[in-house]
Amino acid sequence: MSNPTSQSLIEQINLLEKKEISSLELTQLYLTNIEKNKDLNCFISLNDKALEEAKKIDKLKERKSLLQGIPLAHKDIFCAEGYKTTCGSKMLENFISPYSSTVFDKLKKSNSIMVGKTNMDEFAMGSSNETSYFGNVKNPINKKRSPGGSSGGSAAAVRANLCAFATGTDTGGSIRQPASFCGITGIKPTYGRVSRWGMVAFASSLDQAGIFAKSAIDASIALEIISGFDEKDSTSINENVPKLINETTSEMDHIIGIPFKLIEKINDYKVKQNFLDCIDLLKKNGIKTKEIDLPFIEYSLPAYYVIAPAECSANLSRYDGIKYGYRCENPKDLEDLYTRTRSEGFGEEVKKRILIGTYCLSAGYFDAYYLKAQKIRARITNSFKEAFKNVTVIAMPTCSNEAFELGSIQDPVKMYEQDIYTIPANLAGLPAISVPSGLINKMPLGLQFIGNHLDEGKILNISHEFQKITDYHVY
Amino acid sequence: MSTNSKSFNWEPVIGLEIHVQLSTKSKIFSNAPTEFGIEQNLQASIIDLGLPGVLPVLNKKAIEMAVRFGCSINANISNHAIFARKNYFYPDLPKGYQISQLDDPIVGEGSVEIEIENEKKLIGITRAHLEEDAGKSIHDKYDNSSAIDLNRAGTPLLEIVSEPDLRSAKEAVCYLKKIHSIVTFLDISDGDMSQGSMRCDANVSIRKKGETKLGNRTEIKNINSFKFVEKAINFEISRQINLLESDNFIEQETRLYDSQKDETRSMRSKEHANDYRYFPEPDLIPLEISNDFIQDIKNSLPELPDQKIERFCSEYKLNSYEAEILNSSKEMSNFYEKIAQSIKNTKLIAKWMVGDFSAILNKYGSSVEESKISCDDLTDLLQKLDEDKISDPAAKKIIEILWNENITVEEIIERENLKQISNEDDIGELIEKVIKENPKQLEQYRNGKEKLFGFFVGQVMKTTQGSADPKVVNKILKDKLKQ
Repeated sequence: MSNPTSQSLIEQINLLEKKEISSLELTQLYLTNIEKNKDLNCFISLNDKALEEAKKIDKLKERKSLLQGIPLAHKDIFCAEGYKTTCGSKMLENFISPYSSTVFDKLKKSNSIMVGKTNMDEFAMGSSNETSYFGNVKNPINKKRSPGGSSGGSAAAVRANLCAFATGTDTGGSIRQPASFCGITGIKPTYGRVSRWGMVAFASSLDQAGIFAKSAIDASIALEIISGFDEKDSTSINENVPKLINETTSEMDHIIGIPFKLIEKINDYKVKQNFLDCIDLLKKNGIKTKEIDLPFIEYSLPAYYVIAPAECSANLSRYDGIKYGYRCENPKDLEDLYTRTRSEGFGEEVKKRILIGTYCLSAGYFDAYYLKAQKIRARITNSFKEAFKNVTVIAMPTCSNEAFELGSIQDPVKMYEQDIYTIPANLAGLPAISVPSGLINKMPLGLQFIGNHLDEGKILNISHEFQKITDYHVY
Repeated sequence: MSTNSKSFNWEPVIGLEIHVQLSTKSKIFSNAPTEFGIEQNLQASIIDLGLPGVLPVLNKKAIEMAVRFGCSINANISNHAIFARKNYFYPDLPKGYQISQLDDPIVGEGSVEIEIENEKKLIGITRAHLEEDAGKSIHDKYDNSSAIDLNRAGTPLLEIVSEPDLRSAKEAVCYLKKIHSIVTFLDISDGDMSQGSMRCDANVSIRKKGETKLGNRTEIKNINSFKFVEKAINFEISRQINLLESDNFIEQETRLYDSQKDETRSMRSKEHANDYRYFPEPDLIPLEISNDFIQDIKNSLPELPDQKIERFCSEYKLNSYEAEILNSSKEMSNFYEKIAQSIKNTKLIAKWMVGDFSAILNKYGSSVEESKISCDDLTDLLQKLDEDKISDPAAKKIIEILWNENITVEEIIERENLKQISNEDDIGELIEKVIKENPKQLEQYRNGKEKLFGFFVGQVMKTTQGSADPKVVNKILKDKLKQ
């Protein structure tokens, strides 16, 4: 038997069900992998009770959930009672959460085992994992390269077999871009599908939790567990969650919408070619396609970089050195306490975005920036609505490039452009997934499918169809 | 500072922003209780503390209460209300922003009527919106550091903003009392200003009489009693008049009222005013309020002070002055109606409640809820008075004793010997005795000195220590003196 940690989640579940392996053994194997791959810097903290928990789970007579006994990793943005929740920041370096997020709770109740909490860009602001206070994560495929961000630790951990699957969050592409960079599957569901309770906020109207896994099927199992209405989150959607694994593997008739005008503008011919090859392959396998137009989508990036910083500027005001978290030493007075706590506790990227957001919301600028950005957002949402009248899913690249070298992008605007294809789904609140679509320059690339409101099943289904005819996701 | 003699040339323009703590059981965005006076920070939940990752969930009861208020002032209730974040840093504001409303407040334009010096006046209400209260900073408890109590953080507030329709401090107080009576009658707040359940900011400006343009205004923050509202506004009016009459100008600024020195002083000027950077609260979805919901609330509104005053006049045959005083608070009004259930002489009850009962409340600075005289005691007392078992002076005496001692009306009458003698035979006997003891005065009276009638009444009252029924004494004395 090959090392079970390199097998898919569904195979691992099978082994556990047949008792061919125990949760303790599986957890031990993952912990060994984690130890061997310390240099990747995937984890901010490890769960020292993981083995103990696995032992307890092994003693249970019945399997109450598919995920029972499965080792997973949480992005360190999810509050977990009694565990550190740092959000990749010095500000929360020693913050031990007194309560748990809904995502953590649901996975805990499914009897899965958390092996640790993964590294991330500070407060999820970044596309390379380089803004983490705890140092950047390395891409397991090429350690000189970035794993992407902000959920880079989770993506790299799944790719390096340090956990069976991992949670992440996606505000502008923070699940899909790292999934693309690390050659794995990453899904961000519909805004409101997964509760944001206990998930440290970056931009509340865009933040959404999701899953990293080896395949669409694996992702569907974990996503179903964390989805569902939560009365603690007023923006959560009160709709039943379908059996996602059934939707993923069922027969569906798809018409894939392709925004050719957008594709034509891709600068990197290899990226463009990779995308077109994927579409051809799908067509050859009998799947219909249709050209669509997504007007206003080119304004996604500027709109996003007004709305997200605006919301973050307020969301991060609570880190003031008064109640918890970092506090500067020997403050002279209140003003000094605030100024130094926040100057010393936040990293450069976070401070930059707080400043941008504060500026956009200021008297005299609000209409020109925030209000205009919201209007664009409404237009983009509407473009998608129109497009989905004729197609079942929309395809576009996840990212305009493969994983870049760590430290190679210094221009912040260039870094922000990483999110150019992922942001529209966040602005419109739609579900989107990235699946591996082959290699360029020996690094993986991702193909993105965007679904209509609550159509996680459809994008998982088309992703599974794609993974049936390709082996890019197998490693 | 004395009011300038030329003050009659100036017209004050005043608007109030009243913050009313709603009496919901739990907070506006968390399920922590809202009780007052709990040990510090013990009723602040993780939501009130602003922990990373927490989210607000709107308390439906607070919406209902806001709509009730809106319906009672005939305001437009918005079918679509949104919440906004008001950003500013302060240690007792845990999130660094307050969830409030800017555009689309839950209650739109409405109005209330006040009566001042027998004239009725309509005061416009611009809007009323929901928001969360902040915690409290405690600066005097520890050396070199301040403490924060977040028990109050997240308590629902209804901020009621008036039009600048008020023209004097008296009008402002009258309007504030009106709002106070509405919110207490609606049972949406205890209205207790001493505990901060109701606080008020006053916007004050002055202009030359006849002028239509508004002058520069100052905002006096956080005034917490009716008395201080009147004093603070009057101080501010004179201050502004003095400034303008000495050719200075009024700086648009926020001021604080110091009740000990009875003055207002500058807190921050407009240049240092906060830019609150309001934007829609993304953690809450827009509030949809259906017309059915509004109609249901309209149908279930309790009787409001104005309606009650009218009913008191017609049902209990009171004059409007009495009816108004008896409806100055819900407790007063309930007190009255409870007594009126057992005593038919409703005029008598009104006379005593407006008179001596109110006087003793004032004397001891107490509200009706805190009254040391229970409704039952007062009923007992007024019943005895109505049945002529005690006299007016005796009743006055009993009220004072009731307030200060834990004793029944019956016991007081017994102990103080206050039982009114109204039996004609008993009184006749007493009178005969008095007449016998004063033959000289009797002769003078019978010779035409009728003024001496009062002397005989006085003597009878003296021998009975005031407990003889004066009506009976008068009647029998007249007969006996003629004989």
